[in-house]
Amino acid sequence: MGDVAVSAEPTELLRFATAGSVDDGKSTLIGRLLYDTKTLFDDQLAAVEAVSSARGDDYTDLALLTDGLRAEREQGITIDVAYRYFATPRRKFIIADTPGHIQYTRNMVTGASTADLALILVDARKGLVEQSRRHAFLCSLLRVPHMVLCVNKMDLVDYSQEVFEEIAAEFTAFATKLDVPDLTIIPVSALRGDNVVDRSPNMPWFAGSSLLHHLERVHIASDRNLVDVRFPVQYVIRPQSNQHRDYRGYAGQVASGVMKPGDEVMVLPSGFTTRIASISTADGEVAEAYPPMSVTVRLEDELDVSRGDLICRPNNRPETSQDIEAMICWMDEKTPLQRGRKYAIKHTTRTARTIVKDLHYRLDINTLHRDEAADGLALNEIGRVKLRTTVPLLCDEYRRNRETGGFIVIDEGTNRTVGAGIIVDAG
Amino acid sequence: MSGSFARKGPDVGDYRVSHLDALEAESVFVFREVMAEFDRPVLLFSGGKDSIVMLHLALKAFAPAPVPFPVMHIDTGHNFAEVLEYRDRRVKELGLSLVVASVEEGLASGLVSEQPDGVRNRIQTPVLLDAVEKHRFDALFGGARRDEEKARAKERMFSFRDEFGQWDPKNQRPELWSLYNARVHPGESIRVFPLSNWTELDVWNYIARERIDLPSIYFAHEREVVERDGMLYSVGEHLFAREGETVRTERVRYRTVGDATCTAAVASDAVTVEAVIADVASTRITERGATRGDDRVSEAAMEDRKREGYF
Repeated sequence: MGDVAVSAEPTELLRFATAGSVDDGKSTLIGRLLYDTKTLFDDQLAAVEAVSSARGDDYTDLALLTDGLRAEREQGITIDVAYRYFATPRRKFIIADTPGHIQYTRNMVTGASTADLALILVDARKGLVEQSRRHAFLCSLLRVPHMVLCVNKMDLVDYSQEVFEEIAAEFTAFATKLDVPDLTIIPVSALRGDNVVDRSPNMPWFAGSSLLHHLERVHIASDRNLVDVRFPVQYVIRPQSNQHRDYRGYAGQVASGVMKPGDEVMVLPSGFTTRIASISTADGEVAEAYPPMSVTVRLEDELDVSRGDLICRPNNRPETSQDIEAMICWMDEKTPLQRGRKYAIKHTTRTARTIVKDLHYRLDINTLHRDEAADGLALNEIGRVKLRTTVPLLCDEYRRNRETGGFIVIDEGTNRTVGAGIIVDAG
Repeated sequence: MSGSFARKGPDVGDYRVSHLDALEAESVFVFREVMAEFDRPVLLFSGGKDSIVMLHLALKAFAPAPVPFPVMHIDTGHNFAEVLEYRDRRVKELGLSLVVASVEEGLASGLVSEQPDGVRNRIQTPVLLDAVEKHRFDALFGGARRDEEKARAKERMFSFRDEFGQWDPKNQRPELWSLYNARVHPGESIRVFPLSNWTELDVWNYIARERIDLPSIYFAHEREVVERDGMLYSVGEHLFAREGETVRTERVRYRTVGDATCTAAVASDAVTVEAVIADVASTRITERGATRGDDRVSEAAMEDRKREGYF
């Protein structure tokens, strides 16, 4: 692995979110992936060993690798999402490592929002616990396209096929009730390295691939929406120089779909139609643009287009609506979401004000019970709301489009990000 | 370099995007988002490789228009001559507006005072904050990466700072999808880290792909050094051999560029970008661990500096 990512062949990027409780061995698993792909450096390991032994741990606590803050080290807890990186010759990986304790929802939702894959750990001796179900539910709510359940500590159950299959069957049954497009279940021992990088000789009954093998090969190219053209205008480039006197380019990142020069397009909310004159990056013109490319689009006609507008195809448009039905995850510890309150929201490159017209119910994410009597959403609570916005949102249902279906809620007084929203219906 | 860019890396095909292209697209998005949402952004430019890559991405984000914000150098006075020369050349080539916030001036005016060890890393912070206030900058682009250091692993892409420039790790804004909360009250600001998701190796691979010009100290050269705390420090204008230390000539290169009195070199024969990449890929020590005396102070040295307003 000495030639990690040096090869001339381009490698793909895969983002995954990990979740698990303190005792599931998540840190050990991440530590092993980093160590075995030679991403963990000697000085990092030495620093962790020093802190661990000074604290009197019986073993080197690899959680210290990711728990970088003073408060975390002193209290032995993880308080925030930590990002970790490793690469193999095939892929570069970004891990959003989220804490597994009770206050996890906000962090888990954050990590899952950009993840291609969610990695959930359970202890083979304990099987599924409440938390495993919560993690799976949140990943399905955030529409993470791929899910991997690692049944860890297989060495402590004598690598028993029966134990593994019982847990696998129970989890599969639970996942069937959720929106989980792709599920893979792997028996591992993070501590001993079974099925982490290489297939384990201790579990010949397991026909699947090792975790790393799966992470390197799981097909993610089709996860993006390449059908619905959605190009939120982010910034208007006008050089105002003699060389580029009449240049007017609309810069942004392609949210979904494939755009080509010559395509007939519509600009929302104005509804004017024109054609794409050219698409370019700083390196020159491109024949096609697709997610997640950041490009600059020029149009054939001079239209009044500004930040917050959206370019789409005339026959495939997002909803244009001021009445939004959404699931909201509340992230503020200071004040709860309440009916009748006003907030700012940011959706694609558009900012609007909104009023909470109704809170239909609060969802108990352990039982999926809907509490219709709830009068607010506190930190880490999730509920279904009806919003009215000051300007129309140009949006899609989140399950069809993660980029145009998600929004954040901002407190107008404190400027804090207080909630994450998922559009369920904008009809 | 100026005006034209190296060709993109080969496409992965089937509408796939290589990881360097995905990282580039994310960074470009961040630059444009800040420019759209803030009044007075500035790019922190040290002449180090990360800030050079950041400037390259800024050029790409706004092409064919010029970079629409100034660059700022926090000048410790403990510079490498090659780096200052590079800074001035690049600023001239691109027609950038350069703000220099000088630690020496801060020392002269009494804003800061020299530390017992003579290292000016920590006293950069008040000088930086003073310049931010004076120029009313509301968004500062920094080249920090999350893979560099464990406190930085928990840093946001848009990192909120109060009116004292302080970072509160327990009170960070959650970041979901690509929706960045850019709201601040007057006097408050954000630090923006467009290279958050890049690793040292990504930066070098990108430098190779884009044929980005770097100061010569990043490549192997002969230098008079002393060995101190297991690290090789250049002797010369800013640092002298202590009693018992022997000055010797070594073939070295720098992995990071900072205050010359706390930035060490590593032994290396790498004279090309490709050779540096091979070096980086096989090294077993992190770049800050190998070369930065300032991070060896304590387990939380970086976190403590960041809380005070460091990058």
